[in-house]
Amino acid sequence: MADKLRAQQQLEALQARYIGTGHADTTKFEWTSNIARDTFASYIGHPPVLEYIALGLGEPREKVRAHMIDKMIQPVGKPPEVQD
Amino acid sequence: MNTEAQLLIVRKYRNEKLRTRLSASLTETFDTDLYERNGVDKYDGYNKSIAVNDSDEDMEDVDELNGRRLVGQYTATKAQMNEFATGGAEEDDILMGREKQAQIASRETDYQKRRFQRGALTPTRADPFAANSQAGVQGDGLTYKEIMAARELEREEERVRKLISEKEANGENGVVEHQATLKDTDKENAEAGSTVAVASGRKRKQRWDISSEAPALDNKKTEEIAKTKRSRWDQTPGPGEEAPKRRSRWDQAPAIGGATPIVSAGLATPMHPSQMGAVLSFGTDISSRNAPLSDEELDLMLPSEGYKVLDPPPGYEPIRAAARKLMATPAPITSANGYGGFMMQEPENARAMGKQLPTEIPGVGDLQFFKAEDMAYFGKLVDGADENEMSVEELKERKIMRLLLKVKNGTPPMRKTALRQLTDNARNFGANALFSQILPLLMEKTLEDQERHLLVKVIDRVLYKLDDLVRPYVHKILVVIEPLLIDQDYYARVEGREIISNLSKAAGLAHMISTMRPDIDHQDEYVRNTTARAFAVVASALGIPVLLPFLRAVCRSKKSWQARHTGVKIVQQIPILMGCAVLPHLKGLVECIGDNLNDEQTKVRMVTALAIAALAEASNPYGIESFTEILNPLWTGAKRQRGKSLASFLKAVGYIIPLMDEDFASYYSAQIMEILLREFSSPDEEMKKVVLKVVSQCANTDGVTAAYLKDHVLNEFFKSFWVRRMALDKRNYRQVVETTVDLGQKVGVSEILERIVNNLKDESEAYRKMTVETVEKVVASLGAADIGERLEERLVDGILHSFQEQSVEDVVILNGFGTVVNALGTRCKPYLPQIASTILWRLNNKSATVRQQAADLISRITMVMSHCGEDATMGKLSTVLYEYLGEEYPEVLGSILGALRSIVTVVGINQMQPPIRDLLPRLTPILRNRHEKVQENTIDLVGRIADRGPESVNAREWMRICFELLDMLKAHKKGIRRAANNTFGFIAKAIGPQDVLATLLNNLRVQERQSRTCAPFTVLPALMNEYRVPELNVQNGVLKALSFLFEYIGEMGANYVWAITPLLEDALIDRDQVHRQTAASVVKHMALGVVGMGVEESFCHLLNLLWPNLFETSPHVIDRIIEAIDACRNVLGTGIVMNYTWAGLFHSARKVRQPYWRLYNDAYVQSADAMIPYYPDFDDVSLRRHELDIFI
Repeated sequence: MADKLRAQQQLEALQARYIGTGHADTTKFEWTSNIARDTFASYIGHPPVLEYIALGLGEPREKVRAHMIDKMIQPVGKPPEVQD
Repeated sequence: MNTEAQLLIVRKYRNEKLRTRLSASLTETFDTDLYERNGVDKYDGYNKSIAVNDSDEDMEDVDELNGRRLVGQYTATKAQMNEFATGGAEEDDILMGREKQAQIASRETDYQKRRFQRGALTPTRADPFAANSQAGVQGDGLTYKEIMAARELEREEERVRKLISEKEANGENGVVEHQATLKDTDKENAEAGSTVAVASGRKRKQRWDISSEAPALDNKKTEEIAKTKRSRWDQTPGPGEEAPKRRSRWDQAPAIGGATPIVSAGLATPMHPSQMGAVLSFGTDISSRNAPLSDEELDLMLPSEGYKVLDPPPGYEPIRAAARKLMATPAPITSANGYGGFMMQEPENARAMGKQLPTEIPGVGDLQFFKAEDMAYFGKLVDGADENEMSVEELKERKIMRLLLKVKNGTPPMRKTALRQLTDNARNFGANALFSQILPLLMEKTLEDQERHLLVKVIDRVLYKLDDLVRPYVHKILVVIEPLLIDQDYYARVEGREIISNLSKAAGLAHMISTMRPDIDHQDEYVRNTTARAFAVVASALGIPVLLPFLRAVCRSKKSWQARHTGVKIVQQIPILMGCAVLPHLKGLVECIGDNLNDEQTKVRMVTALAIAALAEASNPYGIESFTEILNPLWTGAKRQRGKSLASFLKAVGYIIPLMDEDFASYYSAQIMEILLREFSSPDEEMKKVVLKVVSQCANTDGVTAAYLKDHVLNEFFKSFWVRRMALDKRNYRQVVETTVDLGQKVGVSEILERIVNNLKDESEAYRKMTVETVEKVVASLGAADIGERLEERLVDGILHSFQEQSVEDVVILNGFGTVVNALGTRCKPYLPQIASTILWRLNNKSATVRQQAADLISRITMVMSHCGEDATMGKLSTVLYEYLGEEYPEVLGSILGALRSIVTVVGINQMQPPIRDLLPRLTPILRNRHEKVQENTIDLVGRIADRGPESVNAREWMRICFELLDMLKAHKKGIRRAANNTFGFIAKAIGPQDVLATLLNNLRVQERQSRTCAPFTVLPALMNEYRVPELNVQNGVLKALSFLFEYIGEMGANYVWAITPLLEDALIDRDQVHRQTAASVVKHMALGVVGMGVEESFCHLLNLLWPNLFETSPHVIDRIIEAIDACRNVLGTGIVMNYTWAGLFHSARKVRQPYWRLYNDAYVQSADAMIPYYPDFDDVSLRRHELDIFI
């Protein structure tokens, strides 16, 4: 009981610090959103990668960057309807 | 009348104390008991405040005129008195029962016990700040206005009472002794009175209508009681009572059964005979005589025909509330009255046996304990009533009761769940239901630390949940929690602070102020004191700025000086509580209290000075600019004050001077020095202490020059403080030494030594000791370069003299000697022969401590001896020491070994006399000695020899030593274990690791796990070989050793990975989970050492073996497994391990998902970025990461 409680608290603390961490009840939507956001953040965070992508798309780098930031909002579409 | 009521309380409370404390307080004046006068404050003439941080001397007594005693002090100091009274603060009374010792009340001072006088529960307050309150709508609970009116009334009563008692004291009213007794029953009046009176009134009322056994007695009895109270002279024992017990100590023969009839009336009720039976001696147990007859007994006595057992009338409820009252009587008799001697217990007392206390309460389960007093609160749970017929409220009450009982008396796991339930349901239960049960429990007199801690914890948790619902109960909680703030126990104080700070956050500043405002000018000093402390906590919780306006108003209150006093006291407590955090608000705080330095009330002036001292101390070394305003009043005030208040002003001055810059400091200290010099001769201990402190503070500031001190201070100082008398009191002693050392820092060593060196030959030993300590401190900090030749001679001579003349061997003298010799260095040479002969002579002494001290002295001065080229002398010494190795006292033996070691260190192995090959065999048996000091010193000596000169002894001897050392690996003291480890290392180096390893491995077989010593490579094959022993313990030991080994060798491990893999393979698929766990930790340490060294394949293999262990549930095992997998991830790269992980993240079974997510999270935290390329592909178009497909 106590251990479970502690594990729960630790998980909450972890989640507060790292939004991308998950738990047994993480939904596909949450997970994929996090993946997408992390991915964009990673592209933006590695300038050479960003450059490469921009070159491939034939767009200016800044534009690609701004576009990526925009796409971080609901990256995998709307959240699923809550049913009940 | 009120005084009557109070007397009742006081008397009862005093009984209580007699009972709880065997060593009756000497500070009690028993005469007042005999010649009791109405309403005289029992505490007159006592030190009313407790010195939590010795700044509480403000509440002083009236019999000192202007703070100075007119008659010289010829008695012991107050501190000594207190020490006698309480038998020394720390020392527990060995005759007191253990359970009594645990009780908080039993170690409280009289002052602290005054908390019981406040009455358990103050009325609930209205919450004017509640969200739904509207103008004109009256909530329940008393309003601020009503409370203020009540306080006003109390003050008025107090005033009148004082007037009356003054008159009595002057003999103006001779008839008081014979007041009409009827007045006593005037309850209405009593209840309107002070809290104390209310409490007593309530209690009396209970007794009135509850005592089912003797309802007829009621009226008459009360009158009798009243009479008893009144005067002791004309009293004849009433028929139903014992002779009244007089409280004079002389006749405290076993006057069994309660001091007062009130108590014995309480005996009419059935309560815990078990306890009484156990305590009382034969024939004295009136309680069992008076106890009600049991049903069985009645059956025996009465004929079965013609009688009928009647049902109790509806609404009848047997009493259980009276537990404490009942217990109050018999328990004390054993000890308090000197009714000692051996007493047989009476287990055969059937009735005592019959009613044991329950250990199991329905619906609660097994408790750790259940005290008699608990019955009063939790008795309801055992009454066996039908819960189906109860209302929701009653059910709720019982539920809370049960939970509280579990928290208070339950086992740790029970406690935890109960606490959690209480917290989670706090809002459902409601503040009222909760606090009306918790708070009385906290006021219980027999409460113990543990219980209090738990209950306070409950309050703390509940506060969070209740939030603003708590408002009406703030005052109730404060009354209960405030006493914690002046508890002796540090943790209790911290707990109290925490609760009050949470409370103030929950209730809000406005409500806190309006709740505590009425207590600020409460007539009882105790209440004001605790309130001030509580306010300081509020200030630290909500910030000083918000409270400042209020404080300003209070400190300037025109209406009552008590309010001003409390206000200043709050300001004083704030820096004590918050330290340098007051700095930003320093100016505001100082302004707040600045005017009070000129208050018309001495007490207010004093507390103001103390507050300033506290502020200055907290803000050191900054903030002088905030004090500029009050410098003038402070200094002029200091010139005007006398006695106690002068002491507090000086204290403030002393703390402010260090903040000033040089010029100011020199000016202001010159100003104050005049007063200080005058007060040097003050007979008052307190004043002496303050003066010394201020002198050293002045001396420490840059502005005060050495020349000034030499010219003006030193002579006076030494004349008044370096006298034998000062050495006798410990406090003075310490203070004088400190101040002298501080002065020495300024004026130099020789100036000080010149003056005190003659004292080294003084006839008073304490005085010599004080001198030696001062010399030691001064010389240690300033060196001996300043000491002239003649002085040097006198110094060494004096120290030797005091060393030889000591009647009790003291470490102070030893330290002093060592320091002086070391400071003088080579200048010691002429004296060394004399010192050495002294030592030799003392080594031969028949007293063990003398021998020990002599040996200790050797180890301190060997360095200097070798500098002086006295190797021959040392040889002589070490030969003598060698002869004394047969010493029987372990302490002395340890010192002798220590001395030998230090000689070996300075002369070297080869020059050692006696030669090592003789010495070491003598040491081997000593290694077996169990005494820590001996162990530590021998192992050190042996280790040193093994390190420096292993060749001087043959290998067999070393092996023997190895065996002896094994036991040392299990020693309690870490230093010994470490030394043993190191020595193993040295020996291994000396004779090659194989043999040592064999010893260690043999050891492993006997489940020894601490083989973390030797060098690696040669060890590994042997360890792996050892693993083949088909015994789990040995294998586990090997794995553990491997784990340490790989942890230490780091990347060197890469060479061994392939070699060790098959072993680990076997270990990781073992049935035993501890085995797998240890193997996992080997993998982890190995992996972390070899990241990037090209050993991925083997780790991939190990990972495959590790992975199935993911579903272990035991916390240790799973933690190790996960760590190992994490470590593998570092070796293999995130991608590979993530490929294992994806499979389980969305598995249909939660049991699978959970550990997988844990792994995922760990990977995410450590290397989220590295995971990006490895996320799986999704079929859904919106989830595709097209950017990754770009290819140029």
